[in-house]
Amino acid sequence: MHAASLNGVVIDAPPKRKVSTVESTHATSIAKPDVPLAVAVEPPALQSNRNNIWRNLLKVLAPPLFGLLLLIALWALVSVKGGSIPGPMKTWLAAVKLFADPFYNNGPNDQGIGWNVLASLQRVGIGFGFAALVGIPLGFMIGRFDFLNRMVGPIISLLRPVSPLAWLPIGLLVFKRADPAATWTIFICSIWPMILNTAQGVQRVPQDYMNVARVLKLSEWKIFTKILFPAVLPYMLTGIRLSIGTAWLVIVAAEMLTGGVGIGFWVWDEWNNLKVEHIIIAIFVIGIVGLILEQTLILVARRFTHDSN
Amino acid sequence: MKKILQIENVGMAFSTKQGSYTALRKINLTIREGEFVTLIGHSGCGKSTLLNLVAGLTLPTEGILLCDGREIGGPGPERAVVFQNHSLLPWLSCFENVYLGVERVFGRLEGAPKLKKRTEAALTLVGLGDVQAKFPNEISGGMKQRVGIARALAMQPKILLMDEPFGALDALTRANLQEELMRIVADTGATTVMVTHDVDEAVLLSDRVMMLTNGPAATIGEILEVNLPRPRQRLALAHDPVYAECRAAILEFLYHKQLKRAA
Repeated sequence: MHAASLNGVVIDAPPKRKVSTVESTHATSIAKPDVPLAVAVEPPALQSNRNNIWRNLLKVLAPPLFGLLLLIALWALVSVKGGSIPGPMKTWLAAVKLFADPFYNNGPNDQGIGWNVLASLQRVGIGFGFAALVGIPLGFMIGRFDFLNRMVGPIISLLRPVSPLAWLPIGLLVFKRADPAATWTIFICSIWPMILNTAQGVQRVPQDYMNVARVLKLSEWKIFTKILFPAVLPYMLTGIRLSIGTAWLVIVAAEMLTGGVGIGFWVWDEWNNLKVEHIIIAIFVIGIVGLILEQTLILVARRFTHDSN
Repeated sequence: MKKILQIENVGMAFSTKQGSYTALRKINLTIREGEFVTLIGHSGCGKSTLLNLVAGLTLPTEGILLCDGREIGGPGPERAVVFQNHSLLPWLSCFENVYLGVERVFGRLEGAPKLKKRTEAALTLVGLGDVQAKFPNEISGGMKQRVGIARALAMQPKILLMDEPFGALDALTRANLQEELMRIVADTGATTVMVTHDVDEAVLLSDRVMMLTNGPAATIGEILEVNLPRPRQRLALAHDPVYAECRAAILEFLYHKQLKRAA
């Protein structure tokens, strides 16, 4: 899971950005009819410039748009042949109805999709926050002290491949309630990438920078704030991004098991109600939220990445 | 003149997977205050190893190094290093990069305004008074190396150590910085030890050139005194017989006596 998401992030980043621009074209496509009117008034030079912009935009947007259309077409085909799977149109109408009132609240078992998503995000946020509080300092220590690295290394190697859901019963046993148990699984799955990436970042601080620190005889505090922390930050943010991605994957499964309010449980609930179109909507919502989380962190990471040359 | 650096019978061996590797042996060298000394030799001969020993970044396996009469037991700001790849911290501005060292050396004795003034003076000395706020990735390679020199000089070191400081620069920028360095050294009177593999650079800048034999177990093969008056002009020197003689002596050493089999 980790390796896959790692590769996915690095290689898929540009196409994903295109996908996010596709979303924005929904807005621009509404504005499109106005444009020819505006162009007609402008001088020819500006007009050809405009044309270029549109042509480039088309070049960028055409492939992902085509992909999306193909997906919808395939989906329509499957729904016609498959029978029980609702088609794009039926799903769209259900979605319009669903998103007309995303924040209604008819008691704990019947809340709007907005509340469900927020509840899941809150669990991810809390579990993830605790994982950062523990994992990042631990990563720093493991990276800085070889003894600690060799002491903890085998334990991490042993525990990391375990599905976080296997920890759910332990969480239930300790916390006696479903909600903190779900948060606990998030904590467990988020902590590994954070420890490992932070530790790796510390180990990869260029020796040149450490030599500067040695020649200047900087204090440990100065070394940490002026050299170690800024140098490790990009690695740390990679760890955070991988953690968030995994956490968002795991929360759906965890909530299916624990129940309560949350997008995962909502999917399960709608399955029990046999509202398959809602499950498809949930798949899109989960995908879009995950995409937003990841893109946000990529943006943050870019802000804090420094060229060494 | 005062002896600022004494290197006595220094040897350096590294333990490798194939066993012990002797990089340097029996290095004896005394450097006087205000002297400009270059270390020259074929690549891999141990010039940088010797400089790192003086810097204290590595400790010798034999012999002793004294800086101003005290044994060198580790790195310190009184032996400031200008690194080959500038080693500026990319997340700090040029000013902050220099300030880091200034603060460390003078922070206990002086207030912030005075530290700031020192930093600005150092950057002005290297001709970068106007790019203080820029970050290392916003300036050229030559400018980065100037900031590196400013960082080292601002700490008012007893010895300035330079590890092929201009090696990564193009020829014109390098010539420019050599002139600057001569002016800075003349202004500050800094004792300087510089590693280079550029014969012209060595003759132009040095009072003495230490020629290292090929490794393993390299040592100082010959010492050349460059008796050229200062200030030196690159163009005038091109036709100077003493300059040509010095240049020939180094070339003779490097390409005749110490010719390396095709590396």
